[in-house]
Amino acid sequence: MKIVVCIKQVPDTNEVRLDPITGTLIRDGVPSIINPDDKSGLEAALVLKDKHGAHVTVLTMGPPQADLALREALAMGADEAILLTDRAFAGADTWATSLTLAKALEKMEYDLIVTGRQAIDGDTAQVGPEIAEHLKIPHISYAKDIQKEDDGLIIKRMFEEGYHLIRVKMPCLITALSEMNSPRYMNVAGVFDAYREKEVKILSIADLNIDKDEIGLKGSPTKVKKSFTKGAKTAGKLYKDLDEKEAAKMIVEKLQEKFII
Amino acid sequence: MNFNITKEQILLQQLYREFTEREVKTIAAEVDEEERFPIETVEKMQKYGMMGIQFPKKYGGAGGDNASYIMLVEEVSKACGTTGVVLSAHASLCAAPIYEFGTEEQKQKYLVPLASGKKLGAFGLTEPNAGTDAAGQQTKAVLNGDHYILNGSKIFITNASYADTFIVMAMTDKSVGTKGISAFIVEKDFEGFSIGKKELKLGIRGSATCELIFDNVKVPKENLLGKEGKGFSIAMKTLDGGRIGIAAQALGIAQGAIDETVKYVKERKQFGKSISKFQNTQFMLADMQTNADAARLLVYKAAFNKDNGLPYSYEAAMAKLFASEAAMKITTQAVQLHGGYGYTREYPVERMMRDAKITEIYEGTSEVQRMVISAHML
Repeated sequence: MKIVVCIKQVPDTNEVRLDPITGTLIRDGVPSIINPDDKSGLEAALVLKDKHGAHVTVLTMGPPQADLALREALAMGADEAILLTDRAFAGADTWATSLTLAKALEKMEYDLIVTGRQAIDGDTAQVGPEIAEHLKIPHISYAKDIQKEDDGLIIKRMFEEGYHLIRVKMPCLITALSEMNSPRYMNVAGVFDAYREKEVKILSIADLNIDKDEIGLKGSPTKVKKSFTKGAKTAGKLYKDLDEKEAAKMIVEKLQEKFII
Repeated sequence: MNFNITKEQILLQQLYREFTEREVKTIAAEVDEEERFPIETVEKMQKYGMMGIQFPKKYGGAGGDNASYIMLVEEVSKACGTTGVVLSAHASLCAAPIYEFGTEEQKQKYLVPLASGKKLGAFGLTEPNAGTDAAGQQTKAVLNGDHYILNGSKIFITNASYADTFIVMAMTDKSVGTKGISAFIVEKDFEGFSIGKKELKLGIRGSATCELIFDNVKVPKENLLGKEGKGFSIAMKTLDGGRIGIAAQALGIAQGAIDETVKYVKERKQFGKSISKFQNTQFMLADMQTNADAARLLVYKAAFNKDNGLPYSYEAAMAKLFASEAAMKITTQAVQLHGGYGYTREYPVERMMRDAKITEIYEGTSEVQRMVISAHML
């Protein structure tokens, strides 16, 4: 089985600070990590490799520094790594990103593509499903478990009230939830191998069958109207010394006051 | 000149930090409180290839260098001094001399399981009457056919009750003093070999420090490490390497105490403001970190020399002397900045202060390090 895991390098924080003037992320001093959902997707792929044998390739689009995230994936046990990096890719929204990744995937062999559900710096959850649409393959999002059977997979797909068990044939794409597993640590020898035995293959726009107007900022239909840090809310009011009935009554009154109920 | 760590080491530090945060820090207080050997951590370190980082892959190691290994001792020691010495005694004092002085057969039989972490190692030199004066060895080894017969005892042996493989020094010819000492590889199951009393200690309380007892232990002739009479030289060279490990442990303890203190002084308020706003706090922290960084340069330099085939005995002694004394001073200052809370077991700095003290004593006291350093000068 050939598995490709798409990962994204993200700043290690849930509270990303924005430059108030440019509206862009302030990345200085914030360490970069593999996006948690993506890392669980990688772990799921490595578990499939351990159990059934598989060739696992990690793929990312990003600046040259994303090399570190790929090396980490190699040190965890991935076999191959590909970095899509080019100035022409910069400023891409989810559409342009998924198109670029799909163009790279078109040139690769795969039975299964795994992405994370969503990235902690964008929270869109769009790139995975969009890749599947570009490639015209089925996708199952919000996976909490992946089991292999014969020529297909059984996926536990989570939704608000429970889960669906879905049988799917390969090739297909799955978006993984970080709740799926606890990713393994890198292995020390794996770290040495990641730099000495394995390589990160670098692809640029010239390697993809794509026009520069379709990708990057130009190929991004999303227009960001404004980026801002959420303002601080006013301080809450504390009502002390109420018994349960009075407290319940107070809550109902306040909710009615705000036309919430 | 280049003071940068390598790309590999950047990734390794990330691994070590994640591992320490999740696997070591979480049980450090319990290991100390219950004087419990952290066996589960050793098993996890084996799984991730951390028990033989500096040995070649063909001998079960990870194929890395000493600097990469030292960084792991440093990182785990930030959270738990016990774990630091368990690793250092295993890798620097037991696996390393087999790698450096062992025959190919000894490496295959003993180094491979040690470096891959399947077996744990220990080192026995110290005796009740032979501490700093290591030449006063009373444990005897007498050749009898194809075996040596060992009799005597060792004390203060780290990892003792959990180790499978021991490097043991014994007198083969008392008449020639230190030139009559030989080194042996002893397995825990050899008949007549037993583990004696466990020490109750001030710090590194989980490290299983025990007595070794040899009662007519038959050690096969092929388990002689190096040549007969070379034991003292092997022990001294082994300790040169071990000192880099202990220096890294001291450095880790010191940095761990600083990290805890920085966190605490930002939270703690007195006289209506955070105590981090007081110049006394700021100056003390500046001194603590400057000392720790100076120690780090010495420790990494000693490891660099070892990795690059340069002499490192002097550098290791200096690293160990400076890092251990810095650790003692820094942890004491950390407790002081924590005030009354720092003296309680609610905060980890009192444990770090207790753990720091041993680094000035074992694998050569600070006084021995000063002897080694001045011997290179005079």
